[in-house]
Order: sequence, then C-alpha cells, then structure tokens
Amino acid sequence: MSKKKVATIWLAGCSGCHMSLLDIDERIFDVAKLADIVKSPVVDTKEFPDCDIALIEGAIASEEHLEDIKHIRAHTKILVSMGDCAVTGNVSALRNMIPLNDVLLRAYVEAPSNVDGKIPEAGKGVSRLLPRVMPLHEAVKIDFFIPGCPPSADLLFYCLFELLNDRIPVVEKFKLG
Amino acid sequence: MSTKYSVTIDGKTVEAGPKQTILDVCKTAGVDIMTLCYLEGVSNVGACRLCLVEVEGTQKLLPACTTTVAPNQKIQTNTDKLKQYRKMTLELFFSERNHICSVCVANNNCQLQNLAREAGVDHIRFPYIFPEAHTDASHKEFMMDHNRCILCTRCVRVCDEVEGAHTWDVMGRGYQSRIISDFDQPWGDSSTCTSCGKCVEVCPVGALWPKDAMLGHLKKSPEMVTELVHKRKHRS
Repeated sequence: MSKKKVATIWLAGCSGCHMSLLDIDERIFDVAKLADIVKSPVVDTKEFPDCDIALIEGAIASEEHLEDIKHIRAHTKILVSMGDCAVTGNVSALRNMIPLNDVLLRAYVEAPSNVDGKIPEAGKGVSRLLPRVMPLHEAVKIDFFIPGCPPSADLLFYCLFELLNDRIPVVEKFKLG
Repeated sequence: MSTKYSVTIDGKTVEAGPKQTILDVCKTAGVDIMTLCYLEGVSNVGACRLCLVEVEGTQKLLPACTTTVAPNQKIQTNTDKLKQYRKMTLELFFSERNHICSVCVANNNCQLQNLAREAGVDHIRFPYIFPEAHTDASHKEFMMDHNRCILCTRCVRVCDEVEGAHTWDVMGRGYQSRIISDFDQPWGDSSTCTSCGKCVEVCPVGALWPKDAMLGHLKKSPEMVTELVHKRKHRS
C-alpha cells in the first residue's frame, strides 16, 4: 500500500493546535509508517500539493486565507477542521463584534507600543482582512471536525491515525477542553 | 375513585395522573428527555424547546415540560424528526450569542456544551450572528456575561419564585431579548438583589458566575435550589 499524503496548515490561529500535534511525540513514527507529510509549517514546500488528508488550524480572517482554503479544498480528499478556531472561529473571531477599522486602529495606532503608527495598506505586503472572521465550513466543505483549544495530542493522534487507516474517528470518547 | 389513566410513551403504556406534565410522566417511566431551561422546584416555561415531543393527533411539536398529559395520549420522544430539531435548536443557541468555550469559566461544566455533545453537534451549520453583548461586572461578588446567556430564564424564575426578590427580568423581543436587573440598571446598583447567589447556581451556562471562579473551574449546584424548595414545602 502506498503511503498517504498528509498536509497540516496554519491559518488564523495561534499555532497551539500545531504545538499539540507536535506533542504526539514518538507516535509520529506510527504516522510516518502510513503517511508522508507533504506540506506543513515544518515542511518547506511552496505550493500546496495534491494530498489525501489536510488538517487545517485556524479560522479564515483574510482574503489570503480564503484563497488558500479554496485551493486546499480543490486538492484534498479529506479536509479536517483542526481545533476551535477552524471549527467555530473561537478567539480569532472575537473581533467580529467590533467594526474592522476600529480593530486595525487599536492594533496599529492606539496600542501604547506604537510610535507614529499607521494602518498598513492592504495588498502591499499584508493581506486584506475580511470584514468578518469565519469558521472553515462557511467557506468550503469540511469532512471532519476536531474540537478543542487546542485539541489534546491524544485526540489529534487518534483522529489522524483513524483517518490514515480509512476509519471514521469517534471524538465522543475523549474529554474535551 | 382513582383518577389515573394510561398514556403511551414510545410505544410503552404507562400510568399517568391528571395535571401531570408529559415530562413528569416520562421521568417516572424512566424515559430520558433532554431539558435545559427546566429546573425542578421552579415553574416550567418551555423556553429552550429541547424537550419537544410528538403527540399523535397534532401537527405541532409540544414541549414536554409545559404540556399536561391527556387520557390515551400517544407520545413519541425520540423520533428522527425530534432528534433533528433538537440538534438544530442547540446549534441556534451557539449561533445566537458569542459562546467562546475556550475562554469561558463554565468550559467542561456547561449544560449547553454537554447537551451539544450528547446530540452529536460537531459544528454549527448556521452563520454566527456575533451580536454586541456586554458583561456586567458591577456586582461585588458576581458577573453577568450576556455573550453566554441563552435566555433560559432560570435566573428570573428562581429570583422571583424562590428568593422572592424579582431582581431579574427579560427585556426586548426575539434574538434581541436581554436579561435585565431591576429597570435595566447595572446589577451592582440593584436595590432588590439580596446577593443570595441562587441565580448563579442555577444558570446552566457561563453567563452568571462568581468573580472568584477560575477559567474552566466553575462548579454549579442547581439541585441546591430544588432541595431548598423541597425542604421549605415539608417544614413542620
């Protein structure tokens, strides 16, 4: 049996889900027997390649994220929302209650650490923020959801291992947090 | 003369008495029905719509907590239709306010969260509203966070019916409804609140909580109020 191709992607999240993924420790060898990790924050691939399973951390907050997730969907068989930001918007979506310009003003001008701050021009080095942060399934079809902020390493390994063995994981078995 | 009669729940014939609600009969018969706004000891209002059941002869789904049984009634509590509606209702709770479990004191001790898991909610199919909702930290001991309120009105009922203070009430309509203290004043300025904390104990989510509760470490005892009501009723 040929190895499956797995990607892990970091959109509008804090990388906590990826930290948790790294916490699977030596179980990475069990993953490596079944899969090649073809794209990830820890794998230097420029283009997103065709893959079997993609675990996506983070919500969609910018035009770039939206473009990325559509591209990823088109090249992925099983697309997984990994963690609360991907599933619900979570902390990344806390800004949705505040008008976008106020958010940018606060971050780039008003915050005490800014000296002569100004809001950067979107499109020139930074991607334009969407007016509203959204969970992944509002933009593309998602095949599986892993809850948690972050999901525990045990839960992440379990889900990934089941998917690699063509089984549907049963999340209910785990205590969530 | 006996006034008992029989009704059918999920195909099983059980005995019921007049004035008994469908929920009461189900409880006695050992039929599990999902509830959220229901609290033994205070009145039933049918606010959350999770206990909806199907009754033969009517197209409408009826809340088990506020519907009294009738002789020979045929009741279904767990059809595919009901399961679908239950799941949908739970999802709507999440989309209507800003429920951010990861930063909530009630995380892992939350009835809404538990029921959603039980009903198999793995994501919210409806777009989140992200309403502007405020927190009220004016009370010296407790917090009210409207971001997490599901309008079950347990706090309103317990404050009125058990404590007798009627500090809490509901203002507005539809999804713009809000729980208010007195005449929509800051909770800390309330002249009626006795700071008894019963509302905090019965709140099924993280909307009402003691200020000394740590993130994810909140423990509540709604059964304390049920017990209190029971004890008062049986005082010699």
